[in-house]
Amino acid sequence: MSKPVRQTSVDLAPAPARRSPSSSRTAKPLGWLVPAVTVGGLLPIGVLVWDAYTGALGANPVQRAELQTGLLALALLILSLAATPVRLVTARLGWAGGRGWTWPARIRKSLGLLAFGYAFLHFLIYLFDQGFTLSTVAEDVIKRPFVTAGFTALLLMVPLALTSTPRSVKRLGFARWTRLHQLVYLAVSLGALHYWWGVKKDHTPPLIAALVIAVLFALRLLGRKKTRRSVVSG
Amino acid sequence: QGQVRRPLGPYDTSEAVTPYAQATSYNNFYEFGTDKSDPARLAGSLKVRPWTVKIDGEVRKPQTVDIDTLQSWFPLEDRIYRMRCVEGWSMVMPWLGFPLAALIRRMEPTGKAKYVQFTALNDPKQFPGQRSRVLDWPYVEGLRLDEALHPLAFMAVGLQGRVLPGQNGAPLRLAVPWKYGFKSIKSIVRITLTEKQPKTTWSIAAPDEYGFFANVNPAVPHPRWSQATERRIGELSRRKTLPFNGYAEQVAGLYKGMDLKKFY
Repeated sequence: MSKPVRQTSVDLAPAPARRSPSSSRTAKPLGWLVPAVTVGGLLPIGVLVWDAYTGALGANPVQRAELQTGLLALALLILSLAATPVRLVTARLGWAGGRGWTWPARIRKSLGLLAFGYAFLHFLIYLFDQGFTLSTVAEDVIKRPFVTAGFTALLLMVPLALTSTPRSVKRLGFARWTRLHQLVYLAVSLGALHYWWGVKKDHTPPLIAALVIAVLFALRLLGRKKTRRSVVSG
Repeated sequence: QGQVRRPLGPYDTSEAVTPYAQATSYNNFYEFGTDKSDPARLAGSLKVRPWTVKIDGEVRKPQTVDIDTLQSWFPLEDRIYRMRCVEGWSMVMPWLGFPLAALIRRMEPTGKAKYVQFTALNDPKQFPGQRSRVLDWPYVEGLRLDEALHPLAFMAVGLQGRVLPGQNGAPLRLAVPWKYGFKSIKSIVRITLTEKQPKTTWSIAAPDEYGFFANVNPAVPHPRWSQATERRIGELSRRKTLPFNGYAEQVAGLYKGMDLKKFY
């Protein structure tokens, strides 16, 4: 009975507490991965600041910066959720010795934290846009579903960002930590809804985001069923 | 930047004019695309000459007239108007053109005429955005006849002393400064006087968000955002939005007795 649980748990986190040959020793060859993702992920902030400085953000720079950080947050969050589906799919294809790609799981935390960072920045720009008038912000959050969805998504990401360290996994226990981090599914869904509602007319981009999320969810569910079945039968 | 030397007329605002570069690069003109940079990028595909405007419906002198002839009928005037977009940003636009009332009077409306319907060009070859059905093309707007005859209602053919650029609605556009920007239809090819209230594009696309009147009103929020404030393009902080975009003194009388929350 413990075996299938252990199997699924590997899907959800790259077993930070466990030392398996795949997670401890292959860390060296791809050691550049996490720093590269971190630097690459922070690069858009530099571009944004540069664009703001040179006037490349256009006639309404605040709105542009708000949109760009929001898009980055959603895109990075979706990428972080792709780790498990990518492993499941590549495993089914028999790649990486049948285990599938495990490297995406190793940058998942960085992607998640970057996503949170951009979501927070997005919120700060929105606050700036409203002139830090808290009454207006409160009214928006309460009265306008579009803002409520985005704000809730941000709030849901706070505990996830705070418990992103291996120490938190130990302190909470793996099962509870995993359950807590399942909030990310709700956060990304609300993020996509927020994007959908924020668009005036052309819903194609938010629709693409929603479809990608749906496919990732579906792959995860299918993969989980397959894993369980194969473990039971094997 | 932002200085106009001629003396200001009774309908002009003295506020700083939005720089030409910004007024012509940040546009909502979905016929070119939904991104605000699309119109400036793609406006080259719009052919503004030859151009005719069909005037029909409840008028005694229905006709199809060439844009240059139409323009020559009236002395061109300058008007520096505020322009408030429904999305919460605004500009100050020095238009060149003539009062809409002058054109309507010249066409001699019949007793049945109650509304004015405007239709924009429908041609996906010139308007690449029309290849996608984000809106029901052609773009249609409308005014009540008394609104259309108000001296503030303006037909623009120029901007900041230059011929109107494609992205701003060349060769002929409406400018009704007390209403949200989407009412000020661009690239007009037809003006029809009607008995019934025209069905307008945005009120068809999202009737709970965009009404027929669309008067600028800080007290009536859009379902997804407040309309209490706006960002003047070029400024970092927001300013308060004024009822009727600051033209209440001139136009509030048109809506006496009307519930503006209901008729948004």
